[in-house]
Amino acid sequence: MTISRRDLLAGTAGVLAGAGFGLPAFAQGAAEPQFKPEAGASLRVLRWAPFVKGDEDAWIANSKKFTEKTGIDVKIDKESWEDIRPKAAVAANVGSGPDIMLVWFDDPHQYPDKLVDVTPLANYLGGKYGGWYPGLEGYGKKDGKFIALPLASIGNALLYRDSQIKAAGFQDVPKDTKGFLELCKALKAKGTPAGFAHGKAVGDGNNYAHWLLWSHGGQMVDDKGKVTINSPETVAALKYATELYKTFIPGTESWLDINNNRAFLANQISLTANGVSLYYSAKNDPKLAEIAADIRSTNFPIGPVGKSVELSQTTSSIIFKHTKFPQAAQAYLKFMYEAEQMNDWIKGSSAYCCQALKAFESNPIWTSDPIHAPYAKSSAMLRPNGYAGPLGPASAAVMADYVLVDMFAEAVTGQRTPEEAAKRAEQRATRYYRG
Amino acid sequence: MFASLGQSRNAPGLLFMLPAAVFLLCFLAYPLGVGTWLGFTDTKIGRPGQFIGLENYEMLWTDSVFWLSVFNTVLYTAVASVLKFALGLWLALLLNENLPFKSFFRAIVLLPWVVPTVLSAIAFWWIFDSQFSVISWALMKFGWIDRPINFLGDSFNARASVISANVWRGIPFVAISLLAGLQTISPSLQEAASLDGATSWQRFRFVTLPMLTPIIAVVMTFSVLFTFTDFQLIYVLTKGGPVNATHLMATLSFQRGIPGGQLGEGAAIAVAMVPFLLAAILFSFFGLQRRKWQQGGAD
Repeated sequence: MTISRRDLLAGTAGVLAGAGFGLPAFAQGAAEPQFKPEAGASLRVLRWAPFVKGDEDAWIANSKKFTEKTGIDVKIDKESWEDIRPKAAVAANVGSGPDIMLVWFDDPHQYPDKLVDVTPLANYLGGKYGGWYPGLEGYGKKDGKFIALPLASIGNALLYRDSQIKAAGFQDVPKDTKGFLELCKALKAKGTPAGFAHGKAVGDGNNYAHWLLWSHGGQMVDDKGKVTINSPETVAALKYATELYKTFIPGTESWLDINNNRAFLANQISLTANGVSLYYSAKNDPKLAEIAADIRSTNFPIGPVGKSVELSQTTSSIIFKHTKFPQAAQAYLKFMYEAEQMNDWIKGSSAYCCQALKAFESNPIWTSDPIHAPYAKSSAMLRPNGYAGPLGPASAAVMADYVLVDMFAEAVTGQRTPEEAAKRAEQRATRYYRG
Repeated sequence: MFASLGQSRNAPGLLFMLPAAVFLLCFLAYPLGVGTWLGFTDTKIGRPGQFIGLENYEMLWTDSVFWLSVFNTVLYTAVASVLKFALGLWLALLLNENLPFKSFFRAIVLLPWVVPTVLSAIAFWWIFDSQFSVISWALMKFGWIDRPINFLGDSFNARASVISANVWRGIPFVAISLLAGLQTISPSLQEAASLDGATSWQRFRFVTLPMLTPIIAVVMTFSVLFTFTDFQLIYVLTKGGPVNATHLMATLSFQRGIPGGQLGEGAAIAVAMVPFLLAAILFSFFGLQRRKWQQGGAD
């Protein structure tokens, strides 16, 4: 967003040098697949409308390079992010439309048999670039085959006001859930409370609810897809969430995705979780310079489970079987995922998109601003929604029906006891996981 | 055969109705039929479904979120329709008086209805914001409250908020339609009643209201249908929250059918709205339109 052309060029040059040295170590993996684009091929790519302009610019620039190199015309369309899921499903179902799409979460698992198997390409890229992060790999793989190429996770991290944390008597945000609760209590006492979405916020609400659940060791289903949400771990998470909720600014049970941004930028809350875009909203607005300078970022604290486990929005590239040009489509994706292009794109996304392949951890974007640091870990600590069960229609439906978000909202607002809320979530999830 | 068709007095009539019939079949009957069919299948987005009979409905029968949405929808429709009718009729009567700048007022009254729903919903979203509500701000400035009102976070407040936004949007339709009805009432009837010594309440009760009944029936049928199927307002304001307190059947149907991918279940919820809609139509038909003089007879 605020990256000048010179920054970009300098950064890219550094990356190229870095990638050049880094390659041989990884090059032991799968053989490089050679794709022979069909004669007269042209491609239609449908992607989500960018959240950060630099992302789209880099994607288009990379595609242009591909066209120049191969003569294959690439037409890029975009749709608002919420429309991607139905559009992709319909394209898969009716067998026409774009050749390639960038889709969300477990979308590829809704119609796996309509997608081109990209296993050789994925194995090659994985081998060359340090391997896929397990969480993201889970989104791309079904029954040992890659039906999609994971592209990125949209990082989510705590953003806070340094001065207000210090005023509450803390140097940093504590790294454990217990200390975190103490911090939130102190913040409330100082009149600068925290705020996390308990409303039907597709992104923020789900991210927060999954962190609460997973950090306490709860999970929606076991690895067989049996619903296990009604557990002592879940109840512990609900009790913790209730304590935390008491320290929040009032009204978070009505918050949609944008509310925490507004409240944070209006100096109403001192601590929330969001994509890095919130930081840039402050940084790019001269009137908010004071707030921007005061913003710090860190990862969510670690709960009783002992490690960072989080949900964040993830996106993957898929090629539909109905494409007339599967070779050209794979050649295109291969080109886009190679270091030269991928580094540009990650850089262009200014820390909004976190790499799916480990080698890109060294992208200079992650060290260009200290705020970016926690976002760099997004893919590493990612768990797929519907953990630990198989991805598919049930996992998608449970999340879209806000089963987890509602469970926490019911408990924290006192509508139900934690035990009742967990039981009800179990009933609701079982409707989808029954068969 | 064609010859006899040419002779028939009915044939041209049928012919002229054909385009409308084709239109209705293609764009209304067919989608409705497909929707109904989908409700009996387990279709997911992206994969064709199998016929599963009433399973979707059995599942919904035991689903408390569905029943909550039914309750919300009935409450929303009933309260909003009554308010819209009362306020709309009142406004129509006022506008029917001889006011200065009559046309101007009649024009601006339509504004809430003309503004695209999504835009007015976004305006209401700000008005009801948990931190930045202008209502909370004003009341706090007056010192009447010491913290913002939790408009959309509390079940009762959230329902009241979405209903008031819907009423605001729906009044112009009722008011302007009823105003049109009022203008068709001949002033000589009112004069005659006045000469007979009727009070203004009696004139309203025994002249205006009976003359207005047919229009009221049509207007309120439409108003109830619009309200019952409302979607945009809820989707922008609360997405059905807090904890489904404002989820309507239409929003639940969408949430499960499209983002949730359970097309069959979403369709079943949508089909479950049909009996309610039919009941509303039949009520206005038989309850309000029964007067014989509409068919040219005496009442």
